[in-house]
Formats: sequence, structure tokens, C-alpha cells
Amino acid sequence: MELFQTEQTGYPHLVVPGITAPLGFLVGIGCFDYWFRWAAGKPTLPEDHSQHGAKTWKDYFRFNTDHKVIGIQYIVTTMFFFLVGGLLAMLIRAELAEPGTQLVDANLYNGLFSSHAALMIFTFIIPVFAGIANYVLPLMIGAPDMAFPRLNALSFWMLPMAGLLFMVSFIVPGGAFDAGWTGYAPLSTGAPLGQSFFNLGVQFAGASSIATALNFLVTIITMRAPGMTFWRMPLLVWANLSTSLLVVAATPFIAGAQFMVLLDRVLGTNFFQAALGGDVLSYQHIFWFYSHPAVYIMILPGFGIISEVISTHARKPIFGYRLMALALIGIVVLSYTVWAHHMFVSGMFSWLRVPMMITTLLIAVPTGIKVFSWLGTLFYGVIHTKSTAMLFSIGFLVTFVIGGISGVMLGMVPIDIHVSDTYFIVAHIHFVLFGGSVFTVFAGLYHWFPKMTGRMYDERLGRVHFYLTLVGMLGTFVPMHWIGMQGMPRRVADYAVQFSSWNLVITIASFLLGLAQLVFLYNMYVSWRYGPKAAANPWRAKTIEWQVSSPPPVFNFPDIPRVVGGPYEFGVPGARHVIMPGEEAEVARPAPARAEAESGGQAPAGAQ
Amino acid sequence: MTIFKLACAALVLGTITAVIMLIPNWNGPGASTAAGPIDTLLDVMIVISSYVFMIVMVPLAYALWRWRAKPGDESDGEPIHGNTRLEIAWTAIPTIIVLSAAIYSWIVLEDIEAAEDPLPIEVTAQQYAWSFSYPEEGKVAEELHVPVGQQIALELRTLDVIHSFWVPEWRIKRDLVRQAGTPSADIDDDVVVTPTEEGTFTLVCTELCGYGHATMRANVVVESEEDYEAWLAEQEDIEEPTEGAASAGADATSGEEPPADLGALESEEQ
Ligand code: HEM
Ligand SMILES: [Cu+2]
Ligand SMILES: [Cu+2]
Repeated sequence: MELFQTEQTGYPHLVVPGITAPLGFLVGIGCFDYWFRWAAGKPTLPEDHSQHGAKTWKDYFRFNTDHKVIGIQYIVTTMFFFLVGGLLAMLIRAELAEPGTQLVDANLYNGLFSSHAALMIFTFIIPVFAGIANYVLPLMIGAPDMAFPRLNALSFWMLPMAGLLFMVSFIVPGGAFDAGWTGYAPLSTGAPLGQSFFNLGVQFAGASSIATALNFLVTIITMRAPGMTFWRMPLLVWANLSTSLLVVAATPFIAGAQFMVLLDRVLGTNFFQAALGGDVLSYQHIFWFYSHPAVYIMILPGFGIISEVISTHARKPIFGYRLMALALIGIVVLSYTVWAHHMFVSGMFSWLRVPMMITTLLIAVPTGIKVFSWLGTLFYGVIHTKSTAMLFSIGFLVTFVIGGISGVMLGMVPIDIHVSDTYFIVAHIHFVLFGGSVFTVFAGLYHWFPKMTGRMYDERLGRVHFYLTLVGMLGTFVPMHWIGMQGMPRRVADYAVQFSSWNLVITIASFLLGLAQLVFLYNMYVSWRYGPKAAANPWRAKTIEWQVSSPPPVFNFPDIPRVVGGPYEFGVPGARHVIMPGEEAEVARPAPARAEAESGGQAPAGAQ
Repeated sequence: MTIFKLACAALVLGTITAVIMLIPNWNGPGASTAAGPIDTLLDVMIVISSYVFMIVMVPLAYALWRWRAKPGDESDGEPIHGNTRLEIAWTAIPTIIVLSAAIYSWIVLEDIEAAEDPLPIEVTAQQYAWSFSYPEEGKVAEELHVPVGQQIALELRTLDVIHSFWVPEWRIKRDLVRQAGTPSADIDDDVVVTPTEEGTFTLVCTELCGYGHATMRANVVVESEEDYEAWLAEQEDIEEPTEGAASAGADATSGEEPPADLGALESEEQ
């Protein structure tokens, strides 16, 4: 058999600049100054804090080590990629509105859905959570900043590089990478130059998330305010702890997989060339060993956000707090044992399917625990159903349960054999990623908008955004289950006419979904500039970030706060989570972290 | 007795959902012995899922209605932190359900993959065409013809990238990974299927394989034993009977240009 590498895969004169130019940019904006001085034996600049805080909007375009500035940089950048990815999705849907080829040819079409997915996953969902946590998490645990502020800045600046590499691939010879975001070998090893840009972009995005994850781990483990034991950490902190554990251990695998593809392409190695002794399936094993944990990287931080939002806006302590934290850890452990459920039809050794099916189905248990606990939290609460953050959390509960159910069905090998690689998968992914992750992102952004910007947003526009998004989302992704089961494969530029009416419905709904996001952008922009000033704690929340001004002072706290109780003690008379510096220490006894014994009788199950 | 009423409401609504959800023929018409067990498994899952969905949605809707805040209400909810019995219940019960589902799926899997003296057929894929060879008869073809009621064993080979073999009516799908002419590298490249309905079906490639992926299709004809024999006799002979599909597949089709628009392509089943 012939080699797949053709002269069009190599291009060392473009691939080498593809690596060095972004690195040069990072050096140029000063990401490495400190380390260079240190390595050269020159006196390192003491942390003079001149790089903290942002005075004008221009400061957001500079290298900055303040976790709050970096948080905003992250969020705005990822939102930009969300927008670009969304526009690509609109193009995809426009092409699929009717059968046949109208707007784009098959080559461009494959490039469109590949870069749509790559941008959404690697430069939107994963890093937007890093951005939200960057802003909120140090405040939440009473820390002045992240543990490694310079590393934090470096992590951020690698992100635009990744997005840029993905987008630039559209203009290189041969067009954008078009082997899907999964980039299966040997399709990817033989693809034109654009594929190398994917391989490289993933390296930058991956390095960025690994560095951030290390930073979160050290920050969470070593920088909690006195009194904040593990069992007093807000669930957002627990969620980011679990996510970071996943990232540091799993992300190197995708980096490795993409490097191997790059080496096959550029240097002529044969990792995945079966005819030359390579092992084609090993790509999928390595890839999914990262990418299944990655789906939890894309949802666990969202679970954390939902816990904060539901507890605060329903004025209730989280129901079963400890089990909630343990469920997160359970998901982390289990998610390393299920990767091959993406390979049930791949031709891998067949004995692996049943064990992987069992672990896959078991993962639904900790996930279910979380859903039931959120329900338990709503019971006997005072639910502020008019708050946009709460609405998105409720919407999340509905759509995520549907996505979980289709996930369990996919986990069952005989069902998966039929629907794998069809539109059913597309429906499942988007129920968990759009109805799941993106809804939690919106919930979090609305919830912390006053804290981040010092302004209130327009609640009415927020509700309009929510309802339009919900309707658009359901209209777009519900019918996909059906056409998938009926025989429409995924990743196709064209389809049999029997699917044309549903595809038209989907396209119309997806345009509604796209338009709805304009309401969000408008609301955010106008509120940030002209919105009414926000109080320090508009939602009367208990966690530490709400006990400082909005936006918080440059150095977060004049002095370290002292944590004296659990984070969600709503309705417990006299209970406090934190004593802020300067407050009289008149607050006496810390409330018991868990008043379960006394209150168990009043729980909804009191009716047993 | 709120809990009791909610449970009843969830049961009733779950039943209604299940009944409605069972009306459509989700997987479409079935035409192999695998279709029955898989569709039944799916139906069972639809019923269970309908109840699970309502067990979450009914309490959710009730809570939103019952405990929504009045405008200006600044009070807090009741300080309930948990309930150990309830938490154990919603850990244990789902565990039992998913484990039973796993066992049931396992049984179905064993059932649909049981092989009994199947007729071997080699399926060879390349960008963007399919070819089929009948080693026992020494024939190659560009359409897959099989006798009805006879179990066949498809040996899946590719000449280039990964493709995937899917006939929706058969409910069978498997990637073609093994390079024709290379030794098995632990790749499970054998899939058995027993067609039960005569007719013409479409073989769909479901693994992204390049720009012609969307149109990479072939006809699958299930016919009576006599029609099958007659058709087979008209097909070309394999050139080197020992080396099999690799070379035969390569010249059976040009494999360069993807077929024309799918727009005109209509599933015979519709
Ligand atoms: C109850 C929990 C879940 C279960 C049991 C589950 C199960 C599965 C299975 C078995 C597949 C593979 C289907 C196939 O390729 O044939 C799959 C695909 C996928 N799932 Fe999930 N899933 C769950 C939750 C999630 C979550 C929370 C996310 C992300 C937020 C997610 C994201 C994805 C993605 C992105 C794919 C498609 C990957 C691809 O491109 O092939 N899933 N899921
Ligand atoms: Cu997975
Ligand atoms: Cu294909």
C-alpha cells in the first residue's frame, strides 16, 4: 500500500513558523520576562504589583498578572470564539437546510464542522470555565490571587494562539483541517496542511489548560483562608479541584496523540500507518483516554456553577453537600475507566466492550446524585424564578437530564451499534454541551456579572435571552435524535431527501438560537457600560467573593478573611460563613458545617 | 403527603410519556434478526427513561410552583442540609437500575452476535466506494447481494482510511480499520448479520473518510436463494482467488470520484 503522506502534508517551512510564531508572540508581550531574567542571572523584578488591576479597557490587551483581569480576558476571548464558532455553525446549518450542495462544497463543509467543533471545545467551553473560575475562585477561598500569577497570564495568552491557528487554517493551501475535531488517523495523517494547524492549536490550548489546572490545584490546596477546611469549600471550588485533577492527568494524552499525528505527517514516522507496522486503533485509544475525561472537564465546572446559583437564588443550603462533593470525585475516578465507549463500533477487541459499558452506565449514578441534590435544594426554598441565572439553572436541569438519558442509551452497546456516528450522537453532544455546559456558562456569567463589572444587567433582557435560547435549543437538537435513528449519518454535507423537512426545521430553529445570542451580547455590552451600579452583594449570597465590593479591590482583601462555617448556611439563624477583616469578631460560635442531624426530620422525605 | 402525591403524578405522567414515546418506530423498519432484540431493548429503555425523566421533572415543576418567591420576598428557605436515607436511596436505586440495564444489554449483545456457520463475504472500502467479494464462489461485485434468512459474516477491509459499514435496517455497524493485506492487529473485523426481509437497502458509510463521505453508499439487495445464485453467476470472477479482496476491490471500482449528489437519492424504504 502507498504511503498516505504526500508532499502536501509536510510543509516544514510553514509548520515550523506555525510553532515559533506564537511562541515568539508570547515572548514579545513579556510572558517569559521573569524567567529569562532569572535564567540569565539578572536580578528578577520583585512583584511590584504594577501589573495588577486594569484602569482602562486598553489594559485588558496587555500582559497582566491580576487574576481578575485574566478572568475577564479569558471570558471575553472565549466569548469571541463562541461567536466565531457559532457563525460557522450557522453556515453549516444553512448548507444543510436542503439536500444537495448549495453554499459550500464538500471539502469546505468538512472544514467548517471540524473548526466549529475545535473552536467550541478547545477555545470556548474548556477555557471559559477557566476564566470564570479564575475570577471567582481566589476570591471565594479568600486568597489574594492565584498561586502562580505569571503562569496564569501565560496560560491565558496561549489561548488566542490556539484559536488563531484554528482559524488561520482556512487560508492555507488545501483549506481548513477537515478530519473532524476527533482527527482520526489515518485520515488526519494524510490530510492537507490545515491539519497541522489543528495539531498545533491543540498543543497551545492543551498547554494552556494544563498550566491553569496546576495553578488551580496549588491555589486550592495551599491558599485557602484560615478556617476553610475541605468540607467548608463552596462546591464551585470542589468542582474546579476535580476538573483540574482530570486536566493534569488526561490532557497530556491528547497532546501526545496530536504530536504523533504531526510526526507522521511532517517527519514520516509511522505511528498510525498500518501497512508500515503502525497501529491505527491506538490513535483512538489515546485520543479518547483524554477526550472522555474531557467531556467531564467540560461539565464539572458547570456543576459547580449550578450549585452556587441554585443555592443562592433558592435561599437554601445545598442538599447533601458532602455527597455532592463525593459525587464529583466519583465522576473523576470513573471517567478514566470508560473511554472505549466511544469505540464500541471501532473494531477494537470485542471483550473490552462489556466492561466499558458497565463503567459507563455507572457514571450515571454520581451524575444522578447531583441532579437529585439540586432538586432537594429547591424544595422548601424561596426560589427566585425571575432571576436569569436561576432560569438558566432550571433550563440546565431539564436539558441535561435529557442529555444524560440519551447518554445512558448510548452506553448500551447494542443501541450504540445502531446510532453511533449518526445525528443521534450530534443530538446527545449538544444536549450535554449546549443544554448542559453552555447553559451553566450563561448562569454563571449572569450570576457574577455584577461582581465582575460592578454593574447590574437588564433582568428582562436576560429572561428574553433565556426563553429564546431554550426554544431555539430544543427546536434545533430534539429532531436530531429522530433523523439519526432513522438513518442520517453525522458529518455529511449532503443527505437523502427523506430527511429534508426535519433538516429545514432544524436550520430555522438554529437561526433563532443564533439570533438569541445577540440579545445576550447587547445586554452584556450595554449593561457593562451604562448599567446601574451594583451593590457588593446583590444576591445576598454567603460566599466570600460577595463580601467585598463590586468589582473587588485590586488586592481582593485588605487582610485575610477568616472562615467560620459552611458556605451555604441560608436560613440558619446566626450562622456565618466568613468573618471579613475589620468586622468585629463578635460573631461567636461557628455554625456546625452540617446540621443534618437536627434538620433531617424536616426534609422533604420527612413524609416517608 | 406531598411526596406521595408527587410520586403518583410522576408515575401517571411517566406512563403517559412512555405510551406516547412508544408510538413512533424510532429505529425505522428492521430487516435482520438483530433488529428485534435491539428495538425491544430500546423500547424498554424508553419506558424506563420516561419514568426517570418525570421523576425529576414533576418535583422540579412542583417546587418551582410551590416555592417561587413573591416579588420583594427577602426571606430564606428552610435550613435543611440533607437527609441521609434519601441520599442513600438515590444512590442505591439508580445503581441497581443501571446494572440491570447493563446485564440486559449484555444478553442482547451476545444474542445478536452469535455466529452459526455463516456465509463469508469480504467487504472492501476505499475513498469513496464499496466492493464485495464472495470467496467461496470466487466472485466480486459492486453491490452487496445476500440470500434472505442466511447468516452472513462480513469481513471488513479498507484500502485507505477508516470507513464504517452501516445498513440502518440491519442495525449493524462496524468500522473498517484493518488494512487489506496486513495481518490482524487485534482488530475485530468480523461482523455477523442475518437478513430477514427481502428488498433493496442502502449501505451508508458512517465514518468521516474525506470529501466524498456523504455520498459513499452502495446498494444492498436481499433476495431469495435462487435470485441470489442467479445474480452471483453473472458476476466477475476474482482474479487471484488466494489474495482475495485487496486487489479485487482495487480494480472493481475507480474509487476516485465520489458519486453525484445525494439529493436525488431516495431510500427505497420510504
Ligand atoms: C450520563 C452521562 C453520559 C453518558 C452515559 C454518556 C455516554 C456517551 C457515549 C456512550 C458516547 C459515545 C457514542 C458514540 O460515539 O457512539 C458519548 C458521546 C459524546 N458525549 Fe456523552 N455521555 C454522558 C454525558 C456527557 C457529558 C456530560 C458530555 C459533555 C459535557 C458529553 C459529551 C459527549 C461528546 C462530546 C460525545 C461525542 C464525541 C464524538 O465526537 O464522538 N457526554 N457519550
Ligand atoms: Cu465518553
Ligand atoms: Cu465515509
